[in-house]
Amino acid sequence: MLNRLVRWARKKSPWILHLNSGACNACDIEVVAALTPRFDVERLGVLLKATPRHADVIVATGPVTRQIKDRIIRIYEQTPDPKFVVAVGACAMSGCVYRGAYNSLGGLDQVIPVTAYVPGCPARPDAILDGIVKLLGTL
Amino acid sequence: MKFNIPIGPQHPALKEPISLRMTVEGEVIRDADLRLGYNHRGMEKLAEEKNWTQNIYLVERICGICSHSHATCYVQGVEKLMEIEPPKRGLYIRYLVSELERVHSHLLWLGVAGHEAGFDSFFMYTWRDREVVMDLLEMISGNRVHYAMNTLGGVRRDLDEIQIKKILDGLVVLRQRTEYYFKIGASEPTFVGRLAGVGYLSKEKAIALCACGPTARASGITADVRKDDPQAVYDEVPFDVCTADSCDVLGRTVVRIKELMESYKICEFLLRNLPAGDIAVKAPKKAKPNEVVSRYEAPRGENIHYIRSNGTERPERLKVRAPTLANYPATIEMLKNGFIADIPLIFAAIDPCICCAERTVELVNARSGEETVVRFGDLRKLAGERFAKSPVKRNAVWPF
Repeated sequence: MLNRLVRWARKKSPWILHLNSGACNACDIEVVAALTPRFDVERLGVLLKATPRHADVIVATGPVTRQIKDRIIRIYEQTPDPKFVVAVGACAMSGCVYRGAYNSLGGLDQVIPVTAYVPGCPARPDAILDGIVKLLGTL
Repeated sequence: MKFNIPIGPQHPALKEPISLRMTVEGEVIRDADLRLGYNHRGMEKLAEEKNWTQNIYLVERICGICSHSHATCYVQGVEKLMEIEPPKRGLYIRYLVSELERVHSHLLWLGVAGHEAGFDSFFMYTWRDREVVMDLLEMISGNRVHYAMNTLGGVRRDLDEIQIKKILDGLVVLRQRTEYYFKIGASEPTFVGRLAGVGYLSKEKAIALCACGPTARASGITADVRKDDPQAVYDEVPFDVCTADSCDVLGRTVVRIKELMESYKICEFLLRNLPAGDIAVKAPKKAKPNEVVSRYEAPRGENIHYIRSNGTERPERLKVRAPTLANYPATIEMLKNGFIADIPLIFAAIDPCICCAERTVELVNARSGEETVVRFGDLRKLAGERFAKSPVKRNAVWPF
């Protein structure tokens, strides 16, 4: 009963953490654009949180640089279970143009487990929204 | 009390995310220190492995907000190396996209400034209006952020009559909205009072520390690459360099709003005088051994690319100096003698992204060595509280 209630609550109001792992900022401004009046994800209960301890979904962008790797793992460990990771953009999926650069690890799934991928360089705000909604559909 | 701010690892607005360490006395910042290198991806090295054309798409992804700036700066330089002259129409379209990008970047910044000053409806307004210019850019280039308009020897997409009309219509809407923002400044004493006097950077210091872009112009320096060293079309276009004398965050806001109006003027001029003809010429595969420095006025300031060729299909060296890097020393100067609560606003004033707003701040007590971690959100709350207690700066006026 309680589990069902929690699952319902989580589905209706996923709190997200925006995590940049060395992205070029394009996906990040699109994540923020999704919060502003045109797309307005808050009407769906999605709330951007500042700390991983409050978040259900980590929305991560970027190809993961060497220096940021440990911090990403730490943030992932700080997020309470059950947690989901959405890799936004081509960089977080596979490294995009940075693939082969000496300081980039080429994708988020090299470091932490990823639940959903949103393609695009950068991914559009509606695509990001669609990715999160599809993720919630699997709950 | 000593202060430690790791704004670094997740800092998306800057090409080089940084960590700031502050020394504070009570609430006043006495010194600040910078640490770089969290977002280092090794792009300059990577550029040496890719050919001239592939590199356009690589440099475009240096930054997501001024993507066209980096691509244009690089393309300008390579065109000089290859000794090719793009056709007039191509150049007009290239710099039209540049100006539209400046509009989107400045609107984005205005929203961030409003957010950091505790004026969230301003943030929502500007970001809503920013969608107008995003739609225009998407119509021109097919993508909202990375436009991929540039190619060696011109641009990749042409404009037709319907598109030109739509852009002109969009500019009318944007101009009305920008005039409204200008009025908001005049009619909101709390907003003006919050920005006035924060992050002071004198003209002498701005020159000594090599500040650039709106940060320098807000300190009364008339420096704009578009005027000083006009690339391609800017010597034909009538526009003014916007400056302010107040040397603070208010000045930086006013400069950016004025620059928006200038950008609309430039866009309209470019559209109404769009010459007929081709949009691109064919570029050779190789460039002769040579070197070039390319300058470009990005929304945040002067962007410099140094490119050296060795006669092959690939650059031998590509060095990028982004405007934000040039503004770091000035930022430290601005933070000195400011308040802890003003850090978000001062830092936002050199134009980082909204995403940097939710960071952690580490306060280290120098005497006890005790550390406390404060979130950037709490810091903003602190700023609001401090400001609510302090009397409104009644002498602060919006400069018309």
